[in-house]
Amino acid sequence: MGWLQTGVFLLVAASALGVVRTKDPLAQSVAVSFYGLVLALLFFLHQAPDVALSQIVVGAVALPLMILLALSKIHAQDEERKQAGEEERK
Amino acid sequence: MRTFLITAGAAGLAALLVWGLSGLPPFGSYPGPYGEVLNSFAVGERKATDVVSAVNFDYRAFDTMGEEFILFISVAGAALLLRKVEEEEHDSQEESESEDRQPGRAAPPTSDAIRAFGVALVGLTVLFGLYMISHGQTTPGGGFQGGVILATAPLSVYLAAEARTFQRIAPHDLVEWSESIAAAAYVVLGLAAVVGGAEFLRNVTPLGEEEKMGSSGNIFWLNLGVGVEVAGGFVLLLSVFIREALERRLRRESK
Amino acid sequence: MSPGFLAYAVAAFVFLCGLWGAATSRHLVHMVICVGVLQTSTYVLLLAIGQKAGGVAPVYYGVPHDLTAVDPVVQALMLTDVVVEATVVALLLALAVQAHKHAGTLDPDALPRLKG
Repeated sequence: MGWLQTGVFLLVAASALGVVRTKDPLAQSVAVSFYGLVLALLFFLHQAPDVALSQIVVGAVALPLMILLALSKIHAQDEERKQAGEEERK
Repeated sequence: MRTFLITAGAAGLAALLVWGLSGLPPFGSYPGPYGEVLNSFAVGERKATDVVSAVNFDYRAFDTMGEEFILFISVAGAALLLRKVEEEEHDSQEESESEDRQPGRAAPPTSDAIRAFGVALVGLTVLFGLYMISHGQTTPGGGFQGGVILATAPLSVYLAAEARTFQRIAPHDLVEWSESIAAAAYVVLGLAAVVGGAEFLRNVTPLGEEEKMGSSGNIFWLNLGVGVEVAGGFVLLLSVFIREALERRLRRESK
Repeated sequence: MSPGFLAYAVAAFVFLCGLWGAATSRHLVHMVICVGVLQTSTYVLLLAIGQKAGGVAPVYYGVPHDLTAVDPVVQALMLTDVVVEATVVALLLALAVQAHKHAGTLDPDALPRLKG
């Protein structure tokens, strides 16, 4: 294994830990995107271009997008709930 | 308490994993014969230069059918979970009307730069997605990757603040129908071989010439179907997540 | 242990990371992402297993057809795995959104028990 491959393997481990340690889901969506790109780089360096491509579209585009959309939906539900609570108090 | 439990459990699992993994063949010396056999036969037998695609859509096409239906069912499940009941929809419509009038609630209008860039990106995205799908058997790529790329085209239209256009280019019924038909086409192509007296999913279409678009028989057609299905599935998934925002925006545009 | 063992070690480490994150999570969306990370460990493991010293990618476009290439079967498995991860995360996120709608919270400990 060359030093480049070794380095990317270590980077994968570090970014996985980083994603898990990020407690705020909003920040996590960015971390997941980065992690997806690092994984794609790893696949590319290890002769797996097919998997690298699908990892890019899934890990760096589709996953963060779905997380952001889910968070915005949750935020909208929170607002609605708050509004309903205020109306009850009136 | 919980941290202690998970730490102890994880330590045990880590020891087991290291023990198990150290029994694997050393890195870089894969011993399995299947890969070798496929690498030496796939190009001649199926005219497919991308052996990974050949494995996915020909030699193990049955597994990919399962994968496709996992995707189909989970999209249907997510759409079902996020679907709003008619009554609820009525309620929240009134609420969001009042929300719209609250200060700071309405999103600022999208800038012209984002509009222009978003619309300009659509043609490129569609072209790249179609290229990816139609060349799955020759170069890396295929239906799954190309499908997701295609699905981002309506999304960039949505991000460019053309809510009405989003509905026009990706009407819900059309997306739903094309997704279902593409998923069914996989099975139909598989059954075509059975009608001819061969095994399910055996190649029935002409193999063509290697390194050319449309070669490799079934691999090309299955990629095409999967591409449409994945694109439809992702657009459907995105539209159920953004439906409320979309409705709000449509109302504002119609005012 | 050979120096190549690093690849397997990284797979195990990523798996444990995801597991630890999911078990100690206080937020359902965070938990879903941790499960996604856990699943990525299988890609690293499969990638490491299929390697062959000096092997090229199993794509014979414009190259001689008798080159030694890495194993295409594990790559096909990885491809399936990546797509399935996306759909699993989508479904879990939809479940999290729905749980939040009914319970008003995303803390897994504060969720009410299932009612029949």
